[in-house]
Amino acid sequence: MNGRRHFIKKVIAGLTAFGGWSLLQRSGLAATDTALDTSTEKLIGKGALLKKTYRPPNYETPVNYFDTPFTPNSHFFVRYHHALIPEVNVENWRLRIGGDAIGTPLAFSLEQLRRDFETVEIAALCLCSGNRRSAFEPQVAGIQWDSGAMGNALWRGVRLRDVLAKAGINASALEVTLNGADSALLTTTPDFIKSLPLAKALDENTLIAFEMNGEPLPHWNGFPVRLIVSGWVATYWMKHLTEINVISKPLDNVWMKTSYRVPKNLFAGGQFSSQEIETTVPITDIAVNSLITNLLEGQTLPALKPLEIKGVAWDAGSGIARVEISTDDGISWQSATLQQDYGRFSWRQWRYDFVPNRTKQYRIMARATSHSGDSQPFEAVANPSGYHHNAVQKIAVQVV
Amino acid sequence: MRRLILLLSVFTGVAAADENAIVLKHGQGKELVSSQCAMCHSLDYITMNATVLDRAGWEKTVSKMITMMNAPINEADKKIIVDYLVKNYSK
Repeated sequence: MNGRRHFIKKVIAGLTAFGGWSLLQRSGLAATDTALDTSTEKLIGKGALLKKTYRPPNYETPVNYFDTPFTPNSHFFVRYHHALIPEVNVENWRLRIGGDAIGTPLAFSLEQLRRDFETVEIAALCLCSGNRRSAFEPQVAGIQWDSGAMGNALWRGVRLRDVLAKAGINASALEVTLNGADSALLTTTPDFIKSLPLAKALDENTLIAFEMNGEPLPHWNGFPVRLIVSGWVATYWMKHLTEINVISKPLDNVWMKTSYRVPKNLFAGGQFSSQEIETTVPITDIAVNSLITNLLEGQTLPALKPLEIKGVAWDAGSGIARVEISTDDGISWQSATLQQDYGRFSWRQWRYDFVPNRTKQYRIMARATSHSGDSQPFEAVANPSGYHHNAVQKIAVQVV
Repeated sequence: MRRLILLLSVFTGVAAADENAIVLKHGQGKELVSSQCAMCHSLDYITMNATVLDRAGWEKTVSKMITMMNAPINEADKKIIVDYLVKNYSK
């Protein structure tokens, strides 16, 4: 009975969270006769985003918002695995630190986190593993993301390792698990819990962030705190963090053992040996990549008029060494100008001046190379879940 | 309590008004698909993958929902769901 009651409670909370207020009212379950609030059907506090799915909410950023070094919070992409996303009341919210390999279990309020630990700020790219999945040929099942399931932001918070050190880490520690306040409508659905290898959790660039671009985190991006795992894909960047456990055994759930995995030896990436098997490994490092942000496929441009080609380039944290542009379908390549460097985990804006002197179709390409020597491939590397699409873009524009 | 159960029974396919704008194609199994799938997610998950999945793909996807996500869908319903998706939303 308790289970059922809990389930019903969750469904009602879910309905409220997803604009089912009118339904609740009609059913007589609403506590008050508050006027219909149709705005709850939208992503409150967000500007226009490209909807992929309503529930759970998955919305990507229109590429024109990548024109600035830091992606505005209002237009930062939204990605959830589960539909029940509570509005966290920060007064009651606590971050609990525990697990079988922790010294002393502790709990922190937001105020304590801010007060008791050194605050640091990192510019880092948050990139969904499946960004650009829709570009795979043949197509791959899953959220059909275009190029907007990413965003660059200035994250302010405290180091996870400082917080864990306060609780004390036992010698048996192997992984650090991350759980957030969001959950599925059905209690039988596996909760979204991820883990990191201890080394990555203790990296100085792994933060518990409470600010994004100088403001509190937006609700849809993890208020009040989310994890920042600089250089790694966003599946580990747990939103609405509530529980962090240091454990001595590999986390065994579908989000680690089944999802977010790539064939072994197919991509370069950080080690996660406790979760590796003979055939597959967890996806970890962001792949070197770039995006042209101000040209559209099939766009018409006037001849002899200088054209500024703009874009961004990024990798897992070695930093971008160069971006090369081809305007002749890859026959010749010229260097783009790299813009201000905000740190090795930030994307790097770049620009290239081009004067199209003939009326014809130009095929424009951008190719990034990282300081570690990795460069974008011309064809995306096929993999079952459609991750790491980092093929060189080819945009055809018509000069008239 | 009865009211709550009633609410649960109408919940399927009812969430946000935006979400309600998604209407699946008519066909055998539509009601079952709408109610079972929308228990956990909006139906744009189906339309989004219409150009991506063939029979094998839908089989795999629905199986994943059952085995990995513990969706409470029995074998008989699974067949109806897969057949509907293949007929109406496959590449």
